[in-house]
Amino acid sequence: MEAFQRIHSRVVAMDRANVDTDAIIPKQFLKSIRRTGFGPFLFDEWRYLDRGEPGMDCTDRPLNPDFELNQPGCEGAEILLVGQNFGCGSSREHAPWALQDYGIRVLIACSYADIFYNNCFKNGLLPIVLTKEEVDRLFQEATSSDYRLKIDLESQTVIMPNGDCLNFSVDGSRKYRLLNGLDDIDLSLQYSDQIREYESKRRKHAPWLFRELLPL
Amino acid sequence: MIMSGKTLYDKLWEDHLVHLNPDGSSLIYIDRHLVHEVTSPQAFEGLRLAGRKPWRISSILAVSDHNVPTKSRELGIEDPVSRLQIETLDQNCRDLGITEFDISDPRQGIVHVIGPEQGATLPGMTVVCGDSHTSTHGAFGALAFGIGTSEVEHVLATQCLTQAKSGNMRVTVNGNVGPGVSAKDIVLAIIGRIGTAGGTGYAVEFSGEAIRSLSMEGRMTVCNMAIEAGARSGVIAVDDKTIDYIRGRPFAPVEDQWPAAVTAWRKLHSDADAVFEREVQFDAPSIQPQVTWGTSPEMVVPVTGKVPDPDSAANRVNRDSMKKALEYMGLRPGLAMTDIHLDRVFVGSCTNSRIEDLRVAADVIRGRRVAANIREALVVPGSGVVKRQAEQEGLDRIFMEAGFEWREPGCSMCLAMNADRLEPGERCASTSNRNFEGRQGYGGRTHLVSPAMAAAAAVAGHFVDVRTF
Ligand code: SF4
Repeated sequence: MEAFQRIHSRVVAMDRANVDTDAIIPKQFLKSIRRTGFGPFLFDEWRYLDRGEPGMDCTDRPLNPDFELNQPGCEGAEILLVGQNFGCGSSREHAPWALQDYGIRVLIACSYADIFYNNCFKNGLLPIVLTKEEVDRLFQEATSSDYRLKIDLESQTVIMPNGDCLNFSVDGSRKYRLLNGLDDIDLSLQYSDQIREYESKRRKHAPWLFRELLPL
Repeated sequence: MIMSGKTLYDKLWEDHLVHLNPDGSSLIYIDRHLVHEVTSPQAFEGLRLAGRKPWRISSILAVSDHNVPTKSRELGIEDPVSRLQIETLDQNCRDLGITEFDISDPRQGIVHVIGPEQGATLPGMTVVCGDSHTSTHGAFGALAFGIGTSEVEHVLATQCLTQAKSGNMRVTVNGNVGPGVSAKDIVLAIIGRIGTAGGTGYAVEFSGEAIRSLSMEGRMTVCNMAIEAGARSGVIAVDDKTIDYIRGRPFAPVEDQWPAAVTAWRKLHSDADAVFEREVQFDAPSIQPQVTWGTSPEMVVPVTGKVPDPDSAANRVNRDSMKKALEYMGLRPGLAMTDIHLDRVFVGSCTNSRIEDLRVAADVIRGRRVAANIREALVVPGSGVVKRQAEQEGLDRIFMEAGFEWREPGCSMCLAMNADRLEPGERCASTSNRNFEGRQGYGGRTHLVSPAMAAAAAVAGHFVDVRTF
């Protein structure tokens, strides 16, 4: 995983609440057996006027001129400012993959859906939680074109253009993993002995949980 | 300090704790790993790329369900992308020696139907699957929750997950529901009140007389939709019904292990003095058959109600989302729910495709006909086992004589990844769990209801109150 660097980027504001993962990446794209290539289809139903299909070349598709990401100057934005309960609905990890593949590295909202929130960290995305007041303030300011924020994960701050700092909290181990680009599996396998020990105890106390699932 | 008792969730959590990280997160052991074709290919790919092997093959049960065709299986799978996903799962299972019910297996079906049906889901287990409706299995006093694909890979490689413990929340449904009111109506009423984020951050225990009175099928329906209330897992305490359901299932404990298993399972309930951070009470007799009117499961009213007016919303955010939902659904405020006419009816999904659901729906339509304005009415059994049971009981004939199509098991029109889907603008009464925009097909309009309500709507051509139908 790529280590998380300091970010200074244009912000795209999407003032919609309860954006679900079906909207982030519609289900026809779940058929892919790969982890990459979802970026062009991010928010497909909102972003384009036609219907997207996997494998399509998106360069000449008709864009929805009203959609937030299609506004001039939004190309290359790494920060997405969103409404409450972002990422609700299906647990598809394709949602963070699509955001990541598009180039988004940071989300800012006052709340996220649980599974989505967890999935972000596993894929190198930083979902920042700010208070409702702070998010409202950002929404007000982000209407001006080329509104940029600095994100410093090390000091856990969002730095506004006028220099004001908004602090956010993030779980220590997640921060460490993001900053160092570490793989969760490696970290867990450090406890292999404990897992084996637990397993053999459990096998003794509840042997029925270890039945082989035999074919018909 | 007085120690309070433990909740069922606390007990399940402590029982699976392998290691407590300094940051408060925990490494917890996973007993059962259910795998389907959509969320697993990237996990198997990741495992292979890192040169890792699955930790415990016998914990895994795999099945294809999301993409499978529900018309005859002999024709194969037309859509090349669907076929590739299914073949990829078959190949991964063959390569690694994982037990899989492939699409020719008579036990194939929706992953959340086959787990309990085979006895692969047991009380006291941790059950995970790369699918948010894994909460279904909590009906058995198991800690069951959906995970993402990275976590699927993590469980494959380590048999564990790193998790932060959720809070404890209890939803108590007191008294009993009236006739014609089902588990689906109970859970929709709960979501209607607490909202789709009402359970966020909690493991929700469902309790009370109305929950205890439900069959295991009904309890699965309730836990299935815990995720629609924002909770990753729902649990229900073990009782005689739980144990009776499991007895004799193919993967249930063998005879000499059965008594010890039952003794262990009997402890799976919250202590009387357990403390929940959040408690919500419902009065079962006042719950009526529910119908959703919008694009989120919380946008729901009793069938006797009307499409609500966005101007009555508590705040701007709600008003805007109500307006958007009504526009998408093509409905106007004040319309009686019973005046909503339908194009299609879908009886199926992991919420409502078990034998009991099919019996209830068949009871309603027995000797009646699907209305002329209904373009298609589908029954998609949850599994091959459910399908054969229903056929033995003659339910298939009741459905077909009424004008329903009787299909092969799978997720089907719950999420329209296969050929079963709504056309833009079409309106459907569906027993599934999500009415999101485009969920049942691009531009499709979904109304969530119980199987009885879906069956009655198929006959009437519009929603009707099944209690007076
Ligand atoms: S039936 Fe629907 S909700 Fe259930 S697993 Fe299949 S797609 Fe998901």
